[in-house]
Amino acid sequence: MSASDHLIPVVVSNVVEVNPIIKRFEFKHVNGDELPAFSGGAHIVVEMLDDGTKRKNPYSLMSSPFERDQYAISVRRDDTGRGGSKFMHEQVRPGMQMKISAPVNLFALDLRARKHLMIAGGIGITPFIAQMAQADKLGVPFELHYAARSVSQAAYMDSLADRFGDHVSCYCDDQGESVDLETLLSNQPLGTHVYVCGPKGMIERVVETATSLGWPAAHVHFEHFLAPPVGEPFEVHLAKAGIDITVGAEQSLLEAVEASGTPINCMCRGGACGQCETVVVACDGEIMHNDHWLDEEQRAAKQRIMPCVSRFRGKRLELDL
Amino acid sequence: MTIQFKDESFRGDFTYANSPSNIPRFPFPFPGDEYMYSTNIEPHHAARAGSPFENAFDVDEHYVAEMKDRALVLADDPGRCQALPHMETAGWDFLELVMVSKARDYPDLFKLTMDGDRWHWINKPLQIDDTFTFGDSSTLPCHPMEYIGRQVQGDHAILDQRDGNLWMDAGIITAQADWSLDFDIGMNFFEWHAPVPLAHELGVFQRALKFLLTLPQGQPSRRLNWTLTVNPRLDTSPENYPKWGPDRMTVTPENIGEKVHLRVELQTFWRLPRSNAILFPIRTYLMAMNEVVTQPKWGRRLHRVMRDLRPELVDYKGLSRYHPILVEWLSQFDDGAPTSPGIFPD
Repeated sequence: MSASDHLIPVVVSNVVEVNPIIKRFEFKHVNGDELPAFSGGAHIVVEMLDDGTKRKNPYSLMSSPFERDQYAISVRRDDTGRGGSKFMHEQVRPGMQMKISAPVNLFALDLRARKHLMIAGGIGITPFIAQMAQADKLGVPFELHYAARSVSQAAYMDSLADRFGDHVSCYCDDQGESVDLETLLSNQPLGTHVYVCGPKGMIERVVETATSLGWPAAHVHFEHFLAPPVGEPFEVHLAKAGIDITVGAEQSLLEAVEASGTPINCMCRGGACGQCETVVVACDGEIMHNDHWLDEEQRAAKQRIMPCVSRFRGKRLELDL
Repeated sequence: MTIQFKDESFRGDFTYANSPSNIPRFPFPFPGDEYMYSTNIEPHHAARAGSPFENAFDVDEHYVAEMKDRALVLADDPGRCQALPHMETAGWDFLELVMVSKARDYPDLFKLTMDGDRWHWINKPLQIDDTFTFGDSSTLPCHPMEYIGRQVQGDHAILDQRDGNLWMDAGIITAQADWSLDFDIGMNFFEWHAPVPLAHELGVFQRALKFLLTLPQGQPSRRLNWTLTVNPRLDTSPENYPKWGPDRMTVTPENIGEKVHLRVELQTFWRLPRSNAILFPIRTYLMAMNEVVTQPKWGRRLHRVMRDLRPELVDYKGLSRYHPILVEWLSQFDDGAPTSPGIFPD
């Protein structure tokens, strides 16, 4: 059983060009039903039927958790990626029917927090838009620090500043502005939780700074919004199914397994939730572990792989599927 | 289907009993002739019309009496219902899930009308007719978890999810098999399971936690658990041990058929949408040995399971004092014939 077996049929109700690289997509249930309630930080998996290839990409919900007649996501176009964002940007139009998963939250607010401190980089802003609506309604103090490369790429910066006023601070690289993490993290009241979503380097800087200042690990939350990377095609033997499959350059191992009709568990499709963890029966070569689930020891042992994001290079890979 | 609700007691004179038509729908917990722990979790899909797995929250002939027993327990000991301050959203999630499910599954008994956040709830068996604002606890007489917990059979724990673990941060627990919410509140998954023998060595809890942490919304799961209870007493809590502990001394070969009850928990697991917490309903079904053995398959199998039960489990489940006489008594219902697979009667 996997979350993506239970898809919700939706119609694209709106497509908005937010800036040259980001579009917002709004979905309504095909029957006009309410969509499932969710919590800020949740994502959905969007299924894309791209000329015979079935892609499934996770995107954070940015609409208010208190609004159930529609969902909204924002997609940043990545021309060097596997083609999912390109498909969304070029092919998806209002009125089109698509399928999405129920919401899953791997980046939830800690509801015990006395204050939520949110740090966003670029498109990493999206989960925070939903979380701010949630924190605002619950009456819990929050603060957003949002950094973008340039004014023109800073999606929603103006509208968030208008809506949440003093709760929002903005920084644009091209204006020479940046978040002073040391000062920011040194001046928070007891009971504050910090959340960061953005590029890898930003997440590392926030975690390192918080750790060096003595923040408890349980108060530091981060989400890697990881898309499956592209790579060279490779062959895999599925031991239980008794078949060989080929993983295409722009396909994930998980997608190739699904395309072969072999059952496999999965949920987040982004290397974070652990559901698709698969036993490696034999490995003569190198596994490119791209996930955030396995620890260093498990990676080195080459006995486990996360097919949603990880790839292989070498002579033979055999999986217990 | 109209349910005739029984007027009966789970204490004092113990008038609780199952109607003949209610016996075959008992969730008999043994799919085979041997019992050992397993992470026996399956999807909580609607299954088998008339069974306790047909609806999200099963309502049976004991509903009204069980809710009266819960009110008695809470009046004596308010500590049986506790929610840490961050669990209010989860309480609303729980209330919504129960109201929406019951109104859908039992339209002749329950009715929910929603006008935006203004909700109108009618519970006919308990004669409740209330209007309130969803999300605003000041419009209810108590915490949303307590409000709905007094209207749904079974105990309910709500587990907060954070730091890769689950935390027992709220619950309404009045019909428990010897565990205490007051003791466990705030504990994590491994802490509150610490007393269970054997299962840790088998890695059961690691696997179960991993499963629960990724439990998807809209895809609930279930499992059955069991023990034995002397007299049909719902409240076998540690707090009240002096009231029920001595009952175990009263079992004799003559009264065992009516005194000893198979106590089955239908445990379900639900991801709650707004709080991201997990709702853990523990629904208890009680059936006297005399009632169990009216189904020949169950009589045969229960004898084999009890006879071969591991000593650690006999001890952990508190059966030591009467286990030998029970096995002896059950043996008269076991003719050695094979039993069919699955839990349902033949």
